[in-house]
This record gives sequence, C-alpha cells and structure tokens, in this order.
Amino acid sequence: MAHFVDRRLNPKDKSLGNRRRFLKRVRAYVKKAVNESVGKRSVADVDRGEKVSIPMDGILEPSFHHASEGGRRERVLPGNKSFRTGDRIDKPRAGGGGKGKSGAPDGEGEDDFLFVLSRDEFLDLFFEDLELPDLVKRTLKEIRSKKLARAGYTVAGSPANINVKRTMGNALGRRIALHRPKDREVRELRERIFALEAISNPSKEQRAELDGLRLELQVMLRRQKVIGYIDPLDVRYNYYVPKPEPNAKAVMFCLMDVSASMGEREKDLAKRFFVLLHLFLSRRYEKIDLVFIRHTHDASEVDEETFFHSRETGGTVVSTALVEMKKVIDERYPASEWNIYAAQASDGENFSGDSAKCAHILAQELMPLCQYFAYIEIVDEEEARLINSESNGMELWRAYRELATWMSNFAMKRIARPADIYPVFRELFAKKHEGAENG
Amino acid sequence: MAKRARKGPLFEGADWSFDTLRGTYDAIERVAREDLQLDFYTNQIEIISSEQMLDAYSSIGMPLMYRHWSYGKHFLHHERLYRKGMRGLAYEIVINSNPCISYCMEENTMALQALVIAHAAFGHNHFFKNNHLFRQWTDADGVLDYLNYARGYIASCEEKYGVDEVEAILDSAHALMATGVFRRRRPPHPSLREEEERRRERLKAEEQAVHYLWNTIPGGQSASRMNAAQLERKREMHLPEENILYFLEHYSPILRSWQREILRIVRNIGQYFYPQRQTKVMNEGCACFVHFYIMNALHAEGSLTDGAMLEILHNHTNVLTQPDFDDPRYGGINPYALGFAMMQDIRRVCEEPTEEDREWFPEIAGCGDWRNVIKDAWANYRDESFIQQFLSPTVMRRFRMFALADDSTKPFYTVTHIHDERGFRELRDALARDYDISTTDPDIQIVDVDLLGDRWLKLRSIRRNGVALDPADRDATLAHLRRLWGYKAEIEEVDEGASLAS
Repeated sequence: MAHFVDRRLNPKDKSLGNRRRFLKRVRAYVKKAVNESVGKRSVADVDRGEKVSIPMDGILEPSFHHASEGGRRERVLPGNKSFRTGDRIDKPRAGGGGKGKSGAPDGEGEDDFLFVLSRDEFLDLFFEDLELPDLVKRTLKEIRSKKLARAGYTVAGSPANINVKRTMGNALGRRIALHRPKDREVRELRERIFALEAISNPSKEQRAELDGLRLELQVMLRRQKVIGYIDPLDVRYNYYVPKPEPNAKAVMFCLMDVSASMGEREKDLAKRFFVLLHLFLSRRYEKIDLVFIRHTHDASEVDEETFFHSRETGGTVVSTALVEMKKVIDERYPASEWNIYAAQASDGENFSGDSAKCAHILAQELMPLCQYFAYIEIVDEEEARLINSESNGMELWRAYRELATWMSNFAMKRIARPADIYPVFRELFAKKHEGAENG
Repeated sequence: MAKRARKGPLFEGADWSFDTLRGTYDAIERVAREDLQLDFYTNQIEIISSEQMLDAYSSIGMPLMYRHWSYGKHFLHHERLYRKGMRGLAYEIVINSNPCISYCMEENTMALQALVIAHAAFGHNHFFKNNHLFRQWTDADGVLDYLNYARGYIASCEEKYGVDEVEAILDSAHALMATGVFRRRRPPHPSLREEEERRRERLKAEEQAVHYLWNTIPGGQSASRMNAAQLERKREMHLPEENILYFLEHYSPILRSWQREILRIVRNIGQYFYPQRQTKVMNEGCACFVHFYIMNALHAEGSLTDGAMLEILHNHTNVLTQPDFDDPRYGGINPYALGFAMMQDIRRVCEEPTEEDREWFPEIAGCGDWRNVIKDAWANYRDESFIQQFLSPTVMRRFRMFALADDSTKPFYTVTHIHDERGFRELRDALARDYDISTTDPDIQIVDVDLLGDRWLKLRSIRRNGVALDPADRDATLAHLRRLWGYKAEIEEVDEGASLAS
C-alpha cells in the first residue's frame, strides 16, 4: 500500500539559495567580520571558513504578539508540590527570574546570531576588494584536483581495469607448471584414436593400444577441465592511486620595511598582498615554506607574529633584507630543489645610495635564483594621485624600474588601495600555464 | 492483506532495509486498519539524511517552500545547535497531504523506524484526514501542487522584478502572516487547487487580452472610472476585517498585481497551518496513542523482539516526559504528554470507570467502546474544546496541576486553583483557555479607512486582561504594514469592554 521513496541521494544543499539570500542580507556584518579576521589570521591560514556573529536586530522577523510582561494572566503548571489555593509566591526581582524568555515567540532571546561561513564564502568576501577577474577567483578557489596515477597491479578491481597481458602471462605459467594438456596434444591423440578405430580388423596390439589411448584421452580431458585455461588466481588489475598534482615545493619570501613610516594601513595592505601571493602559490605547489624578513637599517628573519605586529625604529637600508634573503637561500633553500618566490613591500624610502646596491644584488645574485620577484610600494591615496607617471619616483623605485624593463619575472607596482594589488600578479598568472606544463 | 498469524519477529537488530521496512509497515497497517479501524490517506514514506532533515526543518517543514532569507537563517540556527550536539533532530516530519508524506531519517534504527511509521504514517495521518478543522480549512489533495506553484511563481517574480523587490514584499507579508487568517469564517476559496487553476486561466486571459496599441493612448479611460471604482471599493470593504493580509491584497492602493499574488500565497500558507496551531495537543496525543497501541499489539503477538520494544519504550518515554514547573528542563506543558495521558484516560474511563468518572463523564463511563469514543473526539474537537470536554480529575491529579495568577500590579503570584475537589472545574477552564488561540493570539482588526480622503489605515487591538502588544515588535510590524499599504497606518489598543463605537 505504502510507497517507500529513498531520497538520500537527492541533491543536497536544498537550502543553499536561502543561505545565499541570508548572507546577502547580513552582508555588511559578514564583510566586517571577514576583514577583521584577515587581520588576525596568519598568511597561510586565510584559506578556511570563519565564524561570524551578527546582532539580532538586523535580522528580526517581527509580528504582532502579546508582550511577555504586564496585564493579568493565569497559567496552568504541572508538578505542584505543596501549594494550596490562595497561596502567594513572591515574584523574583527584575532580571533575576528564569521566566524572561517565556514570551519570546521563537525562544531565541536577544543574543547575537552565530554561524559559520564556508571557505568559499569567506574567500569570496576576501577577494571582493581586490577586484580579481572572475577566472582568477575561480582558479584560486578551486581545490586542487587529484589525478589517478598508475601504481602497479592488484588482484582485485573492476573488470574495466583488467590487465590482459599480466593475466594471460600468469595463466600460461600456471598451465605449464601444472601440466595442463594442450589443445594440440588432445587433437593429435584424437586423430590417432580415429586412425586406429578406422582399421576394420585390428590386431591384438592395436586393440590394446586403442584402449590405452582412450584411457589417456579421458585423463587428458579431465585434467583440462580441472585446470582452467584462465583461473581467477591469474587475473591482475591495473592499480591506480589518486595523486595530487603538481607535486613540487616552493618557498615564499616576504620582505618588508618595518621602520616607523610603515603604519597600520601600510602593513594591512602588505599583508593582503602576501596573502594573495600565498593563495596563488598554494594552487601550484604542494608545500610552501614561508620566510619572513623584516628590515630597518638591519635585516633579520622573524616569525609571522613579529613580522606584522612588532615595531622597530631605525633608518632604512633595503639592501640588508636582500642580503639576508640570499643568506637564507644559501643555507636552506637551494634553487635546484626549491621554487623561490619573493614579495617585497616598502613605502619606498631608502638610505641614499643604497638603491643602486639593491638593484645590483637583485640583478646579479637573486633574480637568477628566483621564479618571481614582486615589489610593491605602498603610497597614500593622495600621493597616488599626484604621482601619475610610472617613470618618476624615489630612488628605489627608479632603480627597480630599470630592472623591470629587462627582467620578465620582476613585477612592481604602486599600491594605495586593495584593488591595486591584483595587477601585480597578472603577469604571474599569465605565465602560470606555461610554467605548469614545464612541470 | 498481510497474514494474520506471523511466525517470529518482524526484524532483529538495529539495521533496517527496505524489505524489513515494508514488512513492518504491512504489520502496522494490519493493526491500524483491522484493530483500531483507522481511516488514513495513502502513505508515502521517504527516507532522508540528517542534512535533508535540517533542510526540511528550516522551511517550516515543507519540502517545496519558496526561497527566502529567513529560512536560511533558521537553517543556520538549527545547524549550529545540531552540530554542537545541543539538540537532536526530529525523527520524522509528516505533511498533511494526500498522499500523506512522512520523512524518516536514515540514522533511525529499525525499531525507531517502526515507531515513527506508526506515529506519523498512521497516527498523524488519521488525524489529518478526520479532524474537522483539517477537513474544513485545508486541502490535502492540492497542497503539494499549490506549494509547487507558489515556489515557481515566486521564482518567476524574482526573475522579472528582481530578488530584492520580491524579498521586501515577502518580509512584510511574513510579518503579517499570523494576522492573515480567517478565524471565524471559512476561507472564501476553499480549494487551493481550484484557485490555482482559476489564477492560471485569469493570467492566460490577461495575456491574450494585451493590446500594445492601447498602451499608447493616454489614460483618459481609466481616469473616468476612478471615482466609481473607489466608491465601489469602499462599499465592498466589509470592515471591520480581521484578516489583514486579505484586506491588503484586495484594497491596498499601491500594490501591483504580482505583489498581491504573493500576499495571497503567504496568506494561503498561513491559513493552511492554522488548524495545526489549534490541535497541537490532540494531534500529538493521537499519534502517540496510536503508536503506543500498535507497538504493544505487535509486541504481544510476538512480532517485535523484547529488545526492540525496550528501545521503543525508551524513546516513547523520552518524548512523553513532563518535567515539573520547577525543573530546569521545564518549558511549558508538553503537548505530547498531555494529549497521550488524556487519550489513555478516555480509554480507561470507557473500560474501568471509577465513581468519580461516572459522575464526570456519564455518557462514556463504562461504555466499553473506547475506539469510537476516541475517534469521535479526534474528529470533532480541537485542543480547547477537547480539554474542556475530556480532561478528567485523574489526569489533573497525575500532572499535579495548579493555576497561577499573575497580576502585573501586584508583587506576588497567587495560586488560584489546585488539583482538588473545588479546583478541578476551574483548573480545566483555565487550561482550556491556555489552548484557545483566540485568546492567546492578539485580537487585531482593521476598523476604518477613508480611501477618498487621507487613506489612513486604522487598526484596533482589543486588549484582554490588560495584556498589551509587544511594543518593539508592534512598531516593526506596523512599518511593514505601512510598506504594503503605502499610506499611514496606526494601531490603537483598547481594553476589552471599553466602548467600541468608532
């Protein structure tokens, strides 16, 4: 009588549309939460979901209903212990009672509304200010696909994966080892028997031979039946394992000027720049090491926390950072094993005369080792309007600009807003396909 | 029909398969049909995953609901509670439709599936088909079609007029959903399906009648009709009107026709759920009574193992626990517990009445025919009248009920009645009032509007016992009302018994 329907395989996420509408509605809050969380997270850790809390008043669903207080009410309650008709019970003092929620229509109270953003939703909001082209967004969000790679043979698998050569080889070996009679031998024996039977008046020896041959044939046929031509034991299947690809390691150097002129805004922009480069790289490489080098008039390798949050005083000598980077490469990251990427953020100030040295170190020592070197100069928005030409700028900018003209893997850009960051990577992204093919 | 005498239990162990489900279903159906003589819609039982259950939860239990952000909000809310383990999921959801659809979760054990099938596919199903409120106010045959139509219509509106426009209308309509119900008279269009067909025809006719040429003629023709139309409208407005959404749908000066149609959809869905809100105790009581009876019958004939029966009883008691008022788990009277206790008690009164029962229930005490007495109650009562009629002193004593009066002008609560000889009748009245939604819901009516003049929409809320509307929500809802009306709207709260002259 009843119909049973199995709905478990129906498409999931039926309420995804509702979820999107909800997110759109609370967009302002979510956006704020995402921005705050980018500041708190480490560079390599941006790539996951986030818990978001939203004040209730943005998403109220009002209706006409009675207030929870006031007026004369009578309620029936269960579990009377010792009350008698006419007893009086003092009301709890304001704020102390456990009855506060009894009138709330959905029992949710006025707490904040908490929920978790998925990784995709988080990245969408993160990308928003950066003004990435859609194609790039998709590529960055895509979780790396695994490719099936051959990994020998197995005794179990699907028929489509049978390895015929192996299977037949095993079968042949087994047939030989177990002396399975060949079809040719059986045929020859049959012919002999047939020839003997054809003799109309066989001699005694011939008759004995015939009997012997018949017996032999029987044994042969039984043996053929018992020892199969192909036995399940012989069958081999191709074996595949999913392998992530591409499979290579990279190191990403983050260089930043931390002298007093770099304020919170500059550091926040720099961080977004580093995060984005890291996201790009994590699409291409299985393993990425991060090295943070900060510098004033002196450079040192530090951990991420120190890198973004501690302050230093002193002058600015950019070349020290490059020297430090070279040192780290020599010690730990030989270019033959590692793909080396570097991103440098600065406000453009440098000790006079040092910029030429920087260009020299880059051109002679670092660039031959690096896959890519990106330099961003963080400027004020007003400043950005004033400096409308690429060619003029401070000493460091001019020195680097000279490099950029003849080095294809060197990118540089002035940044005043988050939206300016992406163009730095355009080149990198364009080169990506070519690079991926080469391995 | 299934064989009467079975050999051995229907299933063993916790795992279920579609074969055991079918076998168990047949056994349950045999008891339901032959012993209890239930009358139910054809069943359709759908197995879903916990995630799908969350989906169904968040759109008020309806599988085909249109899209709206508030359902996304509820989904996130339920999901969080569920993931943190703060709340389990319902074992089933059942929909008042023909065929009657029950959703069972795949995580349920076989014993639980049996319990759920007896509870939803027979208990709730019988109630939906027979209770007079459901028969009169809802259309089980058409509801799935209607929801499908509503979903499609709202999606097409989003396409045509933009998601934001539609969302704004839905927000406002949802705010007024509870006041979009005809409480005292039947809905003017009883069958949702007929209505849908009629709308489709109307739309088709409109489409055929469009002559783009007419659009180029300046609107002299409509202006001449304006006056007459307004007079006509006012005469036809039937004020006072309690169904605010209905009123807006028909008379709002600013809404376009697709917006009116959306109001109608929300109103119809609200109307569809109206009987459910009036029969919580009875509906759950009926389902619990049926599953309890059927499971015991199957266990008695040996179709259920002792282990399965223990698991069933464990779940049964979990659902039917009534914590005392001073228990931290207390959250009001549990409708499952009250309904089940009352129905078991009716059976007891029919079979083994005491002197007290003979005095209280002279018509049914000792009549022995409990099946028909209970079925008659299921068919012809709602919570308020059911309690008024059938709540016995035995049940009141068992629940140790007492009534507490709360006057906001006094610093104390007063115990007005307890479960004793003097208090039984008053206690029963008080509990029945608690379940009468005409007193628990605010009484709001549209009393006046001058369409020719300032177009102020005047509403009146009758304040019973001095209980006012929640002020913050009242103002927020009024803002939605204004958005749909387009002109000023205000609400006046009047104490009951005050002069009603307007």
